[in-house]
Amino acid sequence: MATIAHGTPETVATEVNYLNVEHGWKSWLFTTDHKRIAVLYIISITLMFFVGGAMAVGFRVNLLEPQGIFSAETYNRLFSMHGIIMVFFFLVPSIPATLANFLIPIMIGAKDLAFPRVNLLSWYLYVAGAVLTMYAVFRGGVDTGWTFYVPYSSTYSNSYVLAAAFGVFTAGFSSILTGLNFIVTVHKMRAPGMTWSRLPLFVWSNYATGLIQVLGTPVLAITLLLLAFERIAHVGIFDPAIGGDPILFQHLFWFYSHPAVYIMILPGMGVISEIVSCFSHKRIFGYNFVAFSSMAIAVLSFVVWGHHLFITGQSVYTALAFSILSFLVAVPSAIKVFNWTATMHKGSVSFDTPMLYALGFIGLFTIGGLTGLYLATLAVDVATHGTYFVVAHFHYVMVGGMVMAYMGGLHYWWPKITGRMYSEAWSKFAALIIFVGFNLTFFPQFILGYMGMPRRYHAYPPEFQMLNVLSTAGASILGVGYIIPFVYMLWSLKYGPKAGKNPWGASGLEWKIPSPPTTYNFDDTPIITEEAYNYGPVEEVIG
Amino acid sequence: MAETIVPVSHEPPAEATHLRHHFATEEQQMDASTLGMWTFLITEVLFFGGMFAGYAVYRNLYPAAFASSSQYMNVVLGGTNTAVLICSSLTMALAVRAAQLSKQRDLILFLILTMIFGTIFLVIKGFEYHDKWVEGLVPGLHWGSYPEAPQFAHNAQILFFLYFCMTGMHALHMIIGLGLLSFLLIQAYRRVFHANYFAPVEMIGLYWHFVDIVWIFLFPLLYLIGHRR
Amino acid sequence: MSMHVPIPKVSTLVGVWAALIVLTGTTSAVSYVELGEWNIVVALLIAFMKASLVVWVFMAIRHSTTLTRLFCIAGLLWLGIMIVITFGDYSTRNWTYQAQPWSHTKAVGGSH
Ligand SMILES: [Cu+2]
Repeated sequence: MATIAHGTPETVATEVNYLNVEHGWKSWLFTTDHKRIAVLYIISITLMFFVGGAMAVGFRVNLLEPQGIFSAETYNRLFSMHGIIMVFFFLVPSIPATLANFLIPIMIGAKDLAFPRVNLLSWYLYVAGAVLTMYAVFRGGVDTGWTFYVPYSSTYSNSYVLAAAFGVFTAGFSSILTGLNFIVTVHKMRAPGMTWSRLPLFVWSNYATGLIQVLGTPVLAITLLLLAFERIAHVGIFDPAIGGDPILFQHLFWFYSHPAVYIMILPGMGVISEIVSCFSHKRIFGYNFVAFSSMAIAVLSFVVWGHHLFITGQSVYTALAFSILSFLVAVPSAIKVFNWTATMHKGSVSFDTPMLYALGFIGLFTIGGLTGLYLATLAVDVATHGTYFVVAHFHYVMVGGMVMAYMGGLHYWWPKITGRMYSEAWSKFAALIIFVGFNLTFFPQFILGYMGMPRRYHAYPPEFQMLNVLSTAGASILGVGYIIPFVYMLWSLKYGPKAGKNPWGASGLEWKIPSPPTTYNFDDTPIITEEAYNYGPVEEVIG
Repeated sequence: MAETIVPVSHEPPAEATHLRHHFATEEQQMDASTLGMWTFLITEVLFFGGMFAGYAVYRNLYPAAFASSSQYMNVVLGGTNTAVLICSSLTMALAVRAAQLSKQRDLILFLILTMIFGTIFLVIKGFEYHDKWVEGLVPGLHWGSYPEAPQFAHNAQILFFLYFCMTGMHALHMIIGLGLLSFLLIQAYRRVFHANYFAPVEMIGLYWHFVDIVWIFLFPLLYLIGHRR
Repeated sequence: MSMHVPIPKVSTLVGVWAALIVLTGTTSAVSYVELGEWNIVVALLIAFMKASLVVWVFMAIRHSTTLTRLFCIAGLLWLGIMIVITFGDYSTRNWTYQAQPWSHTKAVGGSH
């Protein structure tokens, strides 16, 4: 397609797109095209996902035997590195840095993000952080848990805390820059007519995510810096021996890390809104409520962090307030679930692969969210906080929620990103395998937690073996479930049938441009005259 | 819905030498950089905020130990530095004004003055750090017996750590600011900035003023608290 | 296309500078007066006044859009959330249970 006087030859109707416009590694490593950067991110986070997954294989194998198979030391390092890699190098960047990076400019009718070079810088920071963290892995890993709690991390740990902490610190700046870019882009780059009430909900949810990234992540940065000073020089800021308070570390850490849970789930909710509307062939129910619930979640997420401190020496009065506030987050989350359900009601629902993931998300997120209410209850949390109940809860939200949404989104926009379709049969099969494997892995952990099995131990009483073996069996099914898409998606790059502009018959600007898009997305700046999700009463599919 | 994409005429503005391809107008580009800079400054507020939160907590826990530290703080040097930074903020504001009016020589002059004030600040800070080191007031690395108030020798370490951490992070931001200013200075010599293009001067100016504001809070909290207790 | 930005007067900038210097002198002087808990209140109030002057004039927020102002306020608000709630924990840790007229139970432990 012709682009507007920017060096690309003005040939009409040849298939020049962002992927084949330039070749060679330099054209990728020095690109400022948001779509190419998104692809770089997809490759990097997939790599980190499998590294983090390998760690999980390790400790699930260990838990086959009540006395453990590896040493306690090895087990601690495996689960810590699993957490660090999965949280900071997969979940946090997962949807924002990949799908949103690719789609936000297109969805609002812009040629690129507001700061393309900053976008590239953010990828390099991510890679630098990942390299530092992998250095820590190869030197033997970290055994503090992903939370780096003092005094383990400052005084007692002999593992590579500093390398991993600096890795996370660096990746944090990558996340800040992504958020900053999204915020400015959504405010300043919208095409004429793209009012706030016409923004796709995916953009709304990533805008809210951007706010959290910008407001929360700097606090993580300073917290890790203070930890580094404490570890290197023993300055005493978190050391009770001279009057420092380790709980201050937890306050600062969770001021970021609770909202970070919403960095990890809000973009997923955005994906689900898009998918549910598309495959119900119906306007989303309660657009305003879904949009504002994203903003409400972003704001509320900053006043509930203390629910992670219920079993520390935190003041009981503060704990009480945090407990009540934590319940409030359920309101906007429930609004979303009800609206998705209402959207499907009386829609002509088709069960393509992305929709299967979306349905999986809605069910699993609901379980994860409701068990979150148990944990927000002060008294219940005191009993369950240190158990597998918490592990099961956040994996239902993070894996059952966010990873499902990421997979759904990837399948939904794959034809747009690559211009190819993947195998429908295989993708449906994989979605099913993932759903079964996931539940088999994590549902037993709810029961284990309820029965009182503590988390983070390499050994356990023999009566817990049955459920642990089930969980490990589930994990291996889940692992297979993740490898299948990896294979058929790679396969589709070369052999997949070409996807048209709009294989799903979806509304939205991204489906009105070629697949894959050209470098500047639009030949001419579009003027938007309609709201999002304009699925008419009569089905109108544009090929 | 197929009719939503309507071509808009795209004539690049005549003197749009600094308009990057993905913006429609210079105004849009300027708005985006301004909002981007303010957003960045918010992240800085929260970055320093972590340390201010720590300060609030420990000052509340150990008021007497914190007060005991005041006899080691040099109010004259701290006050002088406050004045120096305020002067540098003025010259920075004047530099932005000069750029907006295309006054090349004024711009260069005020940028140099800002850098001189910034350097004076860092030199004075260096002398203060040196004094603290000699007196054994560097927690973790060189902590003495805290002779004036030995009963607080433990808790006062936390205050001195916060002192070094907060002023150190502030000084680091000053050093980065000086680097940015030298970049501006080179550009200014090449006459890059004029009434239609001064965004970098304005953005770096915002950063510089922000660093000034951090010090405006550090000065009373670290130097002025707890005299005469 | 030229950009229409309001350019500040030199006298305004110098005036703000003078005010900042005077306020620095004031806050230093006041710190030598024993006001008890009020010392920090006064010091912080003056610091906020100085910071507002810098933000309002030097950082030209007086000429900026509502959006920029909103962002500026949001930054402060979030800083406030972090400090106030964290501080709230530390200041209520030592509160002890006092039996109230409407309580069903009496305070236990005997120490109070
Ligand atoms: Cu939480």
